[in-house]
Amino acid sequence: MLILSDFRLHRPASLADALLLRAELGDEGAVYAGGTELLLALKMGVLEYEHLIDIKRCPELRGVQQVDGTVRIGAATTHRDLETSPLLARLLPALAELERHVANIRVRAAGTIGGNLAFAEPHADPPAMLTALDARVELAGPAGVRELPVEDFVLGAYETALGDDELVTAVVVPVPPAGVRATYRKLATLERPTVGVAVMGEVAGDTFATAPAVVVGAVDERPLRVDATPLAGASVRDRDALEAVVEAARDLVDPVDDLSGSADYKRHLTGVVTRRALEHIVDPGSPS
Amino acid sequence: MSDTTTTAVTGRINGREQTLQIDNADLLLDVLRDLGLRGAKPSCEMEVCGACTVQLDGLPVSACTTLAAEIDGRDVETIEHLDADGTLHPVQEAFLRHSALQCGFCTPGMVMTAKALLEQDPDPSREDVVHWLEGSICRCTGYATIIDAVLDAAEVMRRAR
Ligand code: FES
Ligand code: FES
Repeated sequence: MLILSDFRLHRPASLADALLLRAELGDEGAVYAGGTELLLALKMGVLEYEHLIDIKRCPELRGVQQVDGTVRIGAATTHRDLETSPLLARLLPALAELERHVANIRVRAAGTIGGNLAFAEPHADPPAMLTALDARVELAGPAGVRELPVEDFVLGAYETALGDDELVTAVVVPVPPAGVRATYRKLATLERPTVGVAVMGEVAGDTFATAPAVVVGAVDERPLRVDATPLAGASVRDRDALEAVVEAARDLVDPVDDLSGSADYKRHLTGVVTRRALEHIVDPGSPS
Repeated sequence: MSDTTTTAVTGRINGREQTLQIDNADLLLDVLRDLGLRGAKPSCEMEVCGACTVQLDGLPVSACTTLAAEIDGRDVETIEHLDADGTLHPVQEAFLRHSALQCGFCTPGMVMTAKALLEQDPDPSREDVVHWLEGSICRCTGYATIIDAVLDAAEVMRRAR
């Protein structure tokens, strides 16, 4: 059996107490929620902490709420909670669908959206979609609360803008206006995506009103936005426009050889999955 | 503030409330197995195979990657609880009817995962079953009999209600 080394476990009952612990423990303490990433890293010995701060008992950090024109998701909300949230299904169906396909049911039952973002494992589904949706991460610390776009929060592999004395408290996702749709397509060999592509755009018939947001996740260290201007005002059946964006996605990524495939293979897949995502947003019946 | 590396927890294990002094570093799978509950198996120890699956508050979790301290205030159920009254659970009966096991290594995890599904959704489609069992690996059966068994158990349980 893989053995963890000893640590102290703190279980604050409020956000205020959790922040006090963060301020006190700094980089000696890890924030612990679902543990689906952290415990693996601790078991493998790639991370070691003297303190774990379990934030699941802070009621402020759980649940899904509609706030003005946004959906506010508490950081410690599990993937399973999101997969089954009627509010999310109604207001952000593409995100709910993505959540239904994160890893496996055991990971979804334990893992949280805030943990997913804060751990910043590149082979993850939510970051690309949240980037395409223009979502923001809410951070609390001694100096108060600040918000960052998801794409400015995730800096690289396992690297974020989170301070040692801060906590991710929520993910705030604007509800897209009527007529704007989103989708996420991925190819996963094991339980993590090899390539995931999120698209958000205003579609009428088979035509994009403006250039859609196209974001490639899991290939590079952080989600990448693809320039999709060739599709502004164009039909998805306009092969030249579509292939120009597919080509832009392939050119943008900088894959490396790893267990999910060679760099060439991943570059090729980036094009395939980008094409599928763009076709899927226009025609949800298209093959995935 | 906690200044020891153990935590006192009170949780229900297979219906019985227990108070335990848990080493923070202990994983749920180790603690259960030390208590003699050896149905859940260590295998991948990385959340990908499902051999260690138990139910925590009704949902399947990987006991290999869950801190034992997580049982505080919660309900853990393992395969050993299913025939505590002397009769097999309908999911277990269906696994036998469909020969949904060969070596049996994956079976406790499969059964606990399937049982959780049927508690969440008494009338799943075949596709729902396949989706729910993703991440539960069986090296023997080829899965078809397992899926048949889960659908059959669902029907039996619906009729019994
Ligand atoms: S041993 Fe826990 S999921 Fe494989
Ligand atoms: S019956 Fe042997 S692994 Fe499933």
